[in-house]
Formats: sequence, C-alpha cells, structure tokens
Amino acid sequence: MILYILPLLGFLFFAILGMLSSSIDRKIVGRIQWRVGPPWWQSFADFFKLIQKETLLPEGSQKVLFLLAPFLGLVGLIAVASIITGLFFGIPGDMITVIYCLLLPSLSLLLGGASSANVLATIGVAREMKLLIGYELPFIISLLVPVIKSGSFYLDDLLQWQQSSGAFALSLSGFIAFFTALISLIAKLGYTPFDIAEAETELAGGIIIEYSGRLLAVFKLMKWLLLSVGIFLLVLLFFNAEKNALFIILKYLGVLFLISLIRSTNPRLRIDQALTFFWRWLLLISIFAATLAFIGI
Amino acid sequence: MSIASRIFTKSIWVFHLSTGSCNNCDIEILDCLTPKHDLERFGITLVGSIRHADLLLVTGFCTKKNAPRVKTLYEQASKPLLVAAVGACACTGGIFRDDRNYCWNAPLSEVIPVDLFIPGCPPKPEAMISGIVTLLHSFTGRNSK
Repeated sequence: MILYILPLLGFLFFAILGMLSSSIDRKIVGRIQWRVGPPWWQSFADFFKLIQKETLLPEGSQKVLFLLAPFLGLVGLIAVASIITGLFFGIPGDMITVIYCLLLPSLSLLLGGASSANVLATIGVAREMKLLIGYELPFIISLLVPVIKSGSFYLDDLLQWQQSSGAFALSLSGFIAFFTALISLIAKLGYTPFDIAEAETELAGGIIIEYSGRLLAVFKLMKWLLLSVGIFLLVLLFFNAEKNALFIILKYLGVLFLISLIRSTNPRLRIDQALTFFWRWLLLISIFAATLAFIGI
Repeated sequence: MSIASRIFTKSIWVFHLSTGSCNNCDIEILDCLTPKHDLERFGITLVGSIRHADLLLVTGFCTKKNAPRVKTLYEQASKPLLVAAVGACACTGGIFRDDRNYCWNAPLSEVIPVDLFIPGCPPKPEAMISGIVTLLHSFTGRNSK
C-alpha cells in the first residue's frame, strides 16, 4: 500500500522543500549582495504564475519531444525522491538507481534544448553536453566513496553503517568526496560558476529560451526538486550520524548555505575553464578520495 | 480581485528592450536592480528571453527599423503580457517627434498596446518603481494611495 503513495508523498515533500530552499537561497544571495532579497514564498508565486501563462510551441520545433522533455527529468527526480522517502518507511533504496535517475534531468534539458529549434538553445545544448561529460564522472565517483567504505549498494545499509561507526564526512576520504560531490551538484543545478549553458547575459536563457508557461513551470519544478533532492542525498550520504530530524534540517540548511555562498561569490567560468577544472582537478581529487576509501582512511 | 491575478503581480519577470534609445533610460532601469532600490524584494527579476517575460519594458523612440521587431517580439511573448514605455521618447517620441527625422516612425503606443507610461528624461528609479507598483495595483483592482 505504502508503495503506491510513496511517489506522491516524496514528490510533494521534496517539491515544497525545493521551493522553500530556492527562496532561501535567493534570500541569502540577496543578503550577501547587501540587498533585501525576495520573500520566502517567492518560488511558490513564480510557480503558480507560470501555470497561468500561455504555453507556446515554437515554429519548426520537434513538437512531441519539446512537450515531453520537461517531464522526463521530473519523472526521474520523482523516482529519486520516492526512494529517499522510502528510507524512512524501512524500504532499502538502491544507490545505482539513484545515480541513474539523477542523470535524467540533464538529459531532459539536452532534449528540450535540442528540439526547440533555436540557435541560442543549440549553443546551450552543446555547452551543457560538454559540461555533462565534465561533472558526471566526479559526481558518480564521489557518491561511490560511501559505498566503497561500507561495502553495500543499499542506502539503508549506508545509513546504518554511519550510525554504528560515525558519519562518512568525518573520515578524510568522505570529507574530500563530499566537497567534490557538492561542486558537481552545483554544476548539475546550473548555478553560477557553472551556469554556462543558461548564461542569461550571453545566451538569454540558453537551453530553456523557448519554453514558456506550464512547460517552463515543469522545468523550474525540476530544478527545485533537484536542489532539494541533491542536498538531501548529500546530507544522508555523508552527514547522517543521528536519526534526529532537527539535526537533518540543520545540516540541510548548512549545505544550502554553502551552495549559496559558492554561487554568489564566483563569476561564471568559460566552458574550457570549466572542463579543465573538472577533468584536471575534480576528477583526480575524487579518484584520490576513492583510493583513500579503498585503503580505509 | 481573483487570487490568480494577485499571484501574477507577486512574480513579474521583466524583459528589457531598447528601440533606439540613448542608453540613459537603460542605465536607470539597471539602477532599479542595484542594492539601493532592489526590485527583487517585489519578486521582479530581469529575464533574457521574451518567452519568460510578464512585463516588456521598452525604452527609446520606436524607430522605423525597430517597429516591426517590437511587433514580432510582442507576438512571440506568452500572454498575459504587460507593456511599459519608459522615458519621454518611448511615451511620445520626445525630442525626435517634431524633428521630421528620417527614422521617426510613430509613438510606441501606435505599434503595440501600452499599459504604462513612465515619462521623464530619464525617469528616476523611484518613478519607475512607483509606476510599476501602480500598474500592478490596477491589475488586481486595488487602489494605490
């Protein structure tokens, strides 16, 4: 019975959490820039406004793909959200499914941009594809560090291992892997040092330039879900020593604050700089962390 | 008024278009987004694509070359779309109106329907904020002041 409600429950919880986190994130960025910033319900207003707006299909686009692309990423993230929610009902989640489903949002952005028949969207797709090659491997390797340390692919076992012998982030390899995973997550979210594919000032929205109304609302919802699901996953994988809900919320806010801090204090990188950063530094550091985990440090 | 239009006014995404302006109004528009005036506290942000926009800010007198483009842009936007003419040029034609300029076309309001006129050369950021707030209040049917 719980299996039927779980996707709905996970979706609702993580969507609301993601919208709140996005508003808090914008508020933090505003405060760092010495502004007032938007109110806490800003993302809800954005979402319900986008639902009211007219949805346009651009001329010459691949209509079916254009309509279906936003939902592909959303479905993938709902799957991850229900897996994480299932953990609290005693259902052992699978790490490989999570890694697999976290690829779908990037894929849906690529499909949506490529099908929208716009030059700027095409450039955005080319950049996102290069960026995807860059960040996906360090992300997967650093998510595998807890798996290597505990020797199990089940999320349930990972949490139990942490409860018996301390959080993964307390060990050196887990600490390094957390930071590489965090930076890869920022690239996955398309936040400022790596918002090369959406670049408002040069590509005018890039991949999502042709999306409007409800389809744009679905894309925004996907971004908010990715924000909350990604941070929650990192907190569960690297920091979850206690089962106290208050501690989880505090750690969640801490990771969110780190993301806002990184995003508001860094300029946008060029695509070649981003690729160099991911391949030359982040990949090597995450492999180093995985090696440390193998040794047992 | 209905709750739908109340929500609409809480999240206005602005597309900024210059149709042959001298850049003075554009700089003043960017002033509205600086920490001092910070329009993001009303949920107003600049977007890069007209498909995302709720408010089209037009500066400059609408030149002959730009008039068809403004029209295309207006048609490409997803409705409901509000249009604001910022500055004396966009409102009436300003100093170019009586000049019999070779690129003078017509006031902006004859090219696309305009909801809000903000006169001034350039209008102050305070004037723009007050104008936009008045427009949003009229959208929900509330009286401003």
